[in-house]
This record gives sequence, structure tokens and C-alpha cells, in this order.
Amino acid sequence: MSAVVKIPTSLQGLTGGSSIVEVPAGRLGEVITNLTDTYPELGERLLDENGNLRRFVNVFVAEDDIRFLEGLETKVSPGQVVTILPAVAGG
Amino acid sequence: MSLSYQDLVNEAKLKIPEVDPSQLLNLAGSVTILDVRESDEFDQGAIETARLVPRGLLESVIGMHVDDLDEKIILYCAGGARSALAAQSLKQMGYTNVSSLRGGFGRWKTDGHPWKVPEGLSKDQRGRYSRHILLPEVGEEGQIRLLESKVLIVGAGGLGSPAALYLAAAGVGTIGIVDFDVVDATNLQRQILHNIDRVGQSKVESARETLAALNPDVKIVTYDERLSAENVLQILSGYEVVLDGGDNFPTRYLVNDASVRLRIPVVHGSIFRFEGQVTVFEPYAGPCYRCQYPEPPPPELAPSCAEAGVLGVLPGVIGTLQAMEILKILLEIGDTLSGRLLTYDGLSQEFRTFRIRRDPTCPACSDESHPPAIVEYDQFCTPAGVVARAG
Repeated sequence: MSAVVKIPTSLQGLTGGSSIVEVPAGRLGEVITNLTDTYPELGERLLDENGNLRRFVNVFVAEDDIRFLEGLETKVSPGQVVTILPAVAGG
Repeated sequence: MSLSYQDLVNEAKLKIPEVDPSQLLNLAGSVTILDVRESDEFDQGAIETARLVPRGLLESVIGMHVDDLDEKIILYCAGGARSALAAQSLKQMGYTNVSSLRGGFGRWKTDGHPWKVPEGLSKDQRGRYSRHILLPEVGEEGQIRLLESKVLIVGAGGLGSPAALYLAAAGVGTIGIVDFDVVDATNLQRQILHNIDRVGQSKVESARETLAALNPDVKIVTYDERLSAENVLQILSGYEVVLDGGDNFPTRYLVNDASVRLRIPVVHGSIFRFEGQVTVFEPYAGPCYRCQYPEPPPPELAPSCAEAGVLGVLPGVIGTLQAMEILKILLEIGDTLSGRLLTYDGLSQEFRTFRIRRDPTCPACSDESHPPAIVEYDQFCTPAGVVARAG
């Protein structure tokens, strides 16, 4: 069973318009790699040159911010939802 | 056999206990005291800790004021007759511990016990805010609190419009509004403070006209200027809560740094196309905006509403949620969104809540003894992640 990654509207242009992408579960780093293998442009947006998540992106596994879990080492179980949430400024 | 009014009172007094003013004085603080007189009598003076529940409403609203049938309740009126009848009625409803004040408020005063003239609402205000006053969580006391409170709204746009309308309607006494822009026809699909006749007019003036027509109780303070490092501390000072309804990252970081420095909670709302986010940033008690978003996204990933579009009702949803959080903060009721990020997706009609935390390395709020300095942040020149420290 795969993990479910929710893609924010502002990044859906890089996933062919998909708001939900299913990838194999595993460590979050693997989930992101699986995601960016399919959508390389998304990888450039999410990760810096060292492979770390860029700081304007918040990633949540279920309801928790991965910065306060184990970062890219956080385990993502099958069926769990990974949410990518960038800041938006509109008002 | 018919009974006179006095017969009814006498009969009631036989069936319910009465307490003397001196007994009530000793009990004050440990009992619920309800004043069952009419509001105009209450306005002339009342026992300090008493709540006004007029006799005519007593049976229908008692459940909102007392949820335990065994709670100790003392009722009083002017002379002890109406409260005896009222106590008898509550007893019939199952309240087991109801007494009436012997001699009523008249004897209480004669005996020299403390009372006060309530900082009351006018008759018009009692009518206008009656649906608030009926809520035990608000009541007259809460409404007075709202009328005394001061809220600053940053941005008289999509988020600021519904929030300002609801806060003014709720009777928030002072509403400051900052916006340097003028009303444009493209605003009107969502910015419901304004209208077609105001195109070209300053947004804050348009807001003032709309809000003044809605509720004359509210003092509107307008700031027809761009929020900047030079004016932000001065403008925010004195407000109890700030609503962030800005439309750009530099302003949001500026509002954050100033609010951390001044220790003013910020109710954050932000929108993009069909999606929105709401949270409360409570300085040093919960995360701040920089804890959550240490850096803004590059401009190409964060187009404005003008570039990316927004469904008109979306800011209505998010701005209204912000107004709800503000009222909760002012009334000190419920659980605010401090430490939680609420997201809304209009297309899937889905709300989700995420846990957010203070960042121990946050450049703005990690060190309480060194609040952030206020510097102009420019998307292209000064990265938001770089925060100067105040001396």
C-alpha cells in the first residue's frame, strides 16, 4: 500500500495538475525521492542543492511537522498522508 | 378559591428557603447570585457578583446560566417577593438548592452591604447585542469587554473585509484599519467592505463608511499608509490583537516581528486560489510566523491574487474564521488556533488541522531577551530569514 502525498495548488503545475500522488511508503526521504523521480521539476522546488527540504516548504506526516519528527528520516507508513504546505501570502 | 398576589408570595415563601443579607454576604463567591429584576432596575445598582436574569426570561434561560441542578443559587429582586416566586418555579424545575434573598436588594442596601452601579449597556445596546448577551460565555460582561477592546486589521481587502464587518457588528469598540490602496473594480468580487460607488476612493475611508453605517458604537481608526519599518511599531502599539490580512510576504514578516516585539497576538489568514490557512501566533506562548515559515517561497511560487486569481468567497471563509478567533481571544473563551494550523480547501470542501510548534532556533522569538529589530524586509534584497536583533 502506498503513501499519499498531497500537492498544494501552487505546485500542481509541476505534477501535471495532480493534487494527490501515490508513492511507495518508507522513510520520508524515500517518499520525496520517489515523488521527484516522477516529477523532477518538483524536486528542484522542494529540495536545495544538498538534498534538504527548502525552508519555505512545510511537510507534515499525518498532522505533524516533520521538522519536529525526524525530518527526512521520518517513517511514512502505508496509507499515511504526507502534506506539502508552502506559505501563501494572498489576502 | 382565588389567590391574591400576596397569597401567592406567602405560599412561595413557605416552600422555599430565604437567606438574610448577612448570610449571603458570607456566601458570596461560593454561590450563583441571580438578579431577577428588570434590566432598568439592575442598571440603577446591583450586588457586585450578581448576573441579571429578568424574571420573565428565568425559566427559559436558566439552563444557560446553571448547568447543575444541585448548584447553590440565590435569587433576589427589589423586595423579596418576585424572587420568592422565581425560586419556587426553579424548585419545580428540579433545582434543589435555590433560595431567595429576604427583603431583596432594598434590604441589602439598607443593611450597608456593598453594591455597584453596573458598567452597563444602554437600552439600544442591550437590543443590538441581545443574542450575544444570551450566551453565558459572553453575557453583558463579555459584551462590555468587546466594546472596550481594540483590534487592528492589516489590509482592508479580501480577508479584512468580512473580518471587519463581523467584528464591527459584534461591537468591538475600536477597529484600526491599515491599507494604503484605493478601491478598484477588480476588488469588488470579494472585498465586501467596498462598493461600486467607491471605486477610486481610499480603502480605509470606504471601510470607515461601511462600518460606521453598520454599527455606530464602533470607533474606526484609519491608517491610509503602507505598513513599514518606520511606522509599524507606532501603529500596532495599543492594540490587543492584530488581524493579518496582508497580501504580501514583506508585510507579513513585518507584522510578525513587530507583534513579537510588542507581544500582541496575531490572527493570521492567507489565501491562494481555492485554499486558505488560519492560525494564531501568540508571542512567546506559541509559534510565530517565522517559526512556521522561516523563509518566503520564491516569487514564482507565490503569485498574488492579482496574478493567480482567487474565488471570491474564499476570503469570506478565511476572514470570518479569523474574526471568530479574535472574538475568542478578546472574550477568553474556547481554544484558539495557537499551535494549530487550520487549512481549508474549497474544492474538496475539506478542513484539516496540523500541529505547529515554536522553533527553538527561530530568529524572531527563540530568545525572549532579544526581541527582533524591525527592519524593512524586501523580497529581493533582504532575505526574510535574516533577522536583526534589537540591542
